Amino acid sequence: MDNLGMVFGLTGAAIAALFAGIGSAVGVGIAGQAAAGATSEKPDLFGKVLVLQLLPGTQGIYGLLIAFITLSRIGIMGGQAPTVGQGLLYLAACLPMGFVGLGSGIHQGKASVASINLVSKKEDQFGKAMIFPAMVETYAILALLISILSIFGIK
Amino acid sequence: MAILPMKRILICGMKKDRKRVLEFLQRQGVVEIDTSAEKDEVFGQTDMTASSAGFSRNADMCDQALKILDGLVPAKDGLFTDYQVIDRAEYEKRIGLREESTAKAKQIVELNKRIAENEGEIPRLEIQIEVLEPWKNLDIPLDCEGTRHSAAIAGTLGGEVSLSDIYRQIAELKPELDAFDVEIISSSPEQTCLLCLVHKDQKAELEDALWRMNFSKAPLSSLNPAEEIASLKKQIADDQKQIEEDRETIIGLASERDNIRFVRDDYAMRAEKYEAIGRLAQSKRTFVLSGYLAKQDVKKIEEGLADMDVMVEISDPAPGEDVPIKLKNNKFTSPMESVVANYSMPNRSEIDPSAVMAVFYYVFFGMMLSDAAYGLIITIACAVCLKKYKNLAPGMKKFLTMFLYCGISTTIWGFLFGGFFGDAVNVIASTFFNRPDIKLPALWFEPVAEPMRLLVFAFVFGIIHLFVGLAIQMIQMIRNGDVKGAIFDVVFWYMLVGGLIVAVMTVPMLMQDMFQLSFILPLGVRKVALIIALLGAVGIVLTAGRDSKNWGKRILKGLYGVYGVSGYLSDILSYSRLLALGLATGVIATVFNAMAGMVAKGKGVVGVILFIIIFVIGHAMNLAINALGAYVHTNRLQYVEFFGKFYEGGGRTLDPLTENTKYYRVKEAK
Repeated sequence: MDNLGMVFGLTGAAIAALFAGIGSAVGVGIAGQAAAGATSEKPDLFGKVLVLQLLPGTQGIYGLLIAFITLSRIGIMGGQAPTVGQGLLYLAACLPMGFVGLGSGIHQGKASVASINLVSKKEDQFGKAMIFPAMVETYAILALLISILSIFGIK
Repeated sequence: MAILPMKRILICGMKKDRKRVLEFLQRQGVVEIDTSAEKDEVFGQTDMTASSAGFSRNADMCDQALKILDGLVPAKDGLFTDYQVIDRAEYEKRIGLREESTAKAKQIVELNKRIAENEGEIPRLEIQIEVLEPWKNLDIPLDCEGTRHSAAIAGTLGGEVSLSDIYRQIAELKPELDAFDVEIISSSPEQTCLLCLVHKDQKAELEDALWRMNFSKAPLSSLNPAEEIASLKKQIADDQKQIEEDRETIIGLASERDNIRFVRDDYAMRAEKYEAIGRLAQSKRTFVLSGYLAKQDVKKIEEGLADMDVMVEISDPAPGEDVPIKLKNNKFTSPMESVVANYSMPNRSEIDPSAVMAVFYYVFFGMMLSDAAYGLIITIACAVCLKKYKNLAPGMKKFLTMFLYCGISTTIWGFLFGGFFGDAVNVIASTFFNRPDIKLPALWFEPVAEPMRLLVFAFVFGIIHLFVGLAIQMIQMIRNGDVKGAIFDVVFWYMLVGGLIVAVMTVPMLMQDMFQLSFILPLGVRKVALIIALLGAVGIVLTAGRDSKNWGKRILKGLYGVYGVSGYLSDILSYSRLLALGLATGVIATVFNAMAGMVAKGKGVVGVILFIIIFVIGHAMNLAINALGAYVHTNRLQYVEFFGKFYEGGGRTLDPLTENTKYYRVKEAK
């Protein structure tokens, strides 16, 4: 049980990467289905719908980021093995990114699907279509911010 | 910089001159023709849809021909299609080739159609061969009726059946039959092909027996099956040869591509012109054209029309009119026009926000990407494209120019924060040269080390951005004569929000512990700031509901108005994305560098190669994802937070009659 702190820290990193990754995978997946449908009707739209499909992909990257910073501080990819208390702090710090990443990734995907429909009907409305999914991402960014600030704040 | 003032133009002239006038206007490309031409007994509209549609059809046909050509012989256009600029004389010269080039385009389309037909026929012929294949040993045609006294019946039985079985079954079904002969032509597990010869008198009986055995007739062919197969095969070969030949012919026509592009543009232009003629009010011998143009273009148009026999009248549009909007900006701010247009064009009583936006846009984009190497890549890529393609479509040019400035800003922020491919300098130095002490120093500070400090600056930028938005609102209101509104809706908010922010800056706990800032305003300031904020709040309570006459209602609405301060809080917090996305770029870059460094450590040359592979793939991905993120979120900050403070939009873009071409642009001789 010497490295229990590390176990907690690693659990945190895993939660961040896991849930945010799942959220993005689901979001990008459903947006991809809509994008493929739009492209089958209008192949010229490929570039635009691809951008919209990618928008829910960022949560997974934020999750990776949080996981990586954590790993680099808890003695797995650098840093020192934390105490149990510190390990729990890392675990807590990772939670916002993991959970908000899951929810926002999926729902951003749904907003992307709607935006892809919008673009396939009105090609010139791309600028507006891009904003709707980006609204959802705000919350992933806020969670990312809290997670980062928390991790950097753990002494 | 501004929304251009618009003028209404009225042109009257003789009908015979109308084409010349329209051609001139089309070449200038600055006049929008009004669709609502007045109609009465004298003036009506001529239906030009037939000729306009004819030209559009030809343009479409040329497009189709070009697409077919591009499929077979890819055009060497590179990344973007640049306009070719030709002068008027060259244009007149090439216009002579119109008939010929149109015929060529038509030929390409027809050849392509024939190729498609032939390609469709081949599988059909192949199926016919497949059906005949089991019969190829039969040496008489399948539709042979027989001789004078005998009849021939050709057909198949399901499954593999032996000759003796067939005789036995026929004998069981029709024992009286005796004058017949059955020959098996071919057999396979699926079917057995037979030829039965029978005396004419017994034909019906035998057929009856065969039907009961699930016999089905052979396909008909007037030749011997073997000959028929040979002829079908020849047909396939002919079709294939024809396809090849047609392809060769099309490929041979690739040299016509430029000419076809030229006539395509010409047809598109004509279609537009005729469509415009259809919108004019015309009497028997005269026509009236009405429309809008920017004031700055009036002189040019008037001078151009001076030597034509027409009357030109310029007037100011009436106040309630639906006047189109045209923006004018300098090189630095004009890329913002597309960002504004993506949201909505400003309406006539608003200020063009492009210029103010430009500075914030570039700064925010740079902060969110904040890596000097990425910035340099974007800057160089855009600069090269802009230099190589001199005559890009205006939208594309603006887009590239915007990213050019965004790239420059990213480079500057990258150096300020010490990011160059993340911490690549340090990783390379420590992995390959064993010098972990070498690193690119940040000119300002490293966000990863002091995230709270950057967060404060993100909020400061946000507050400036929002306050500038409010200031524009104030200018707009004053310009429209609503000075009271400017005080009520803007100055009170400045007092409330500004006062609260200053008050926050006097709280030591927030300033020192949270934001790690060294300066704190003295307590005395807090009192003044709070009083100002309170005055602002009272002002808002009293005035935010000023539309209501009833004071009770008015105060309630006012209280709800003050609640808007929570909106300001969330607006300001929204700018934390400046920090978050900037950190994301830096940290992801660090992740890839660390991965590359770990793999490469101590492996010599192989290590260097692995390092380069991971490095290139990782950073390409990071750049793509984060540039997209920075672009989307910069837009968001402009559209939601900034525009939310003052912008309404809803204007209509000026849609002038112009040479709406794709490949060529005609330069006017001066």
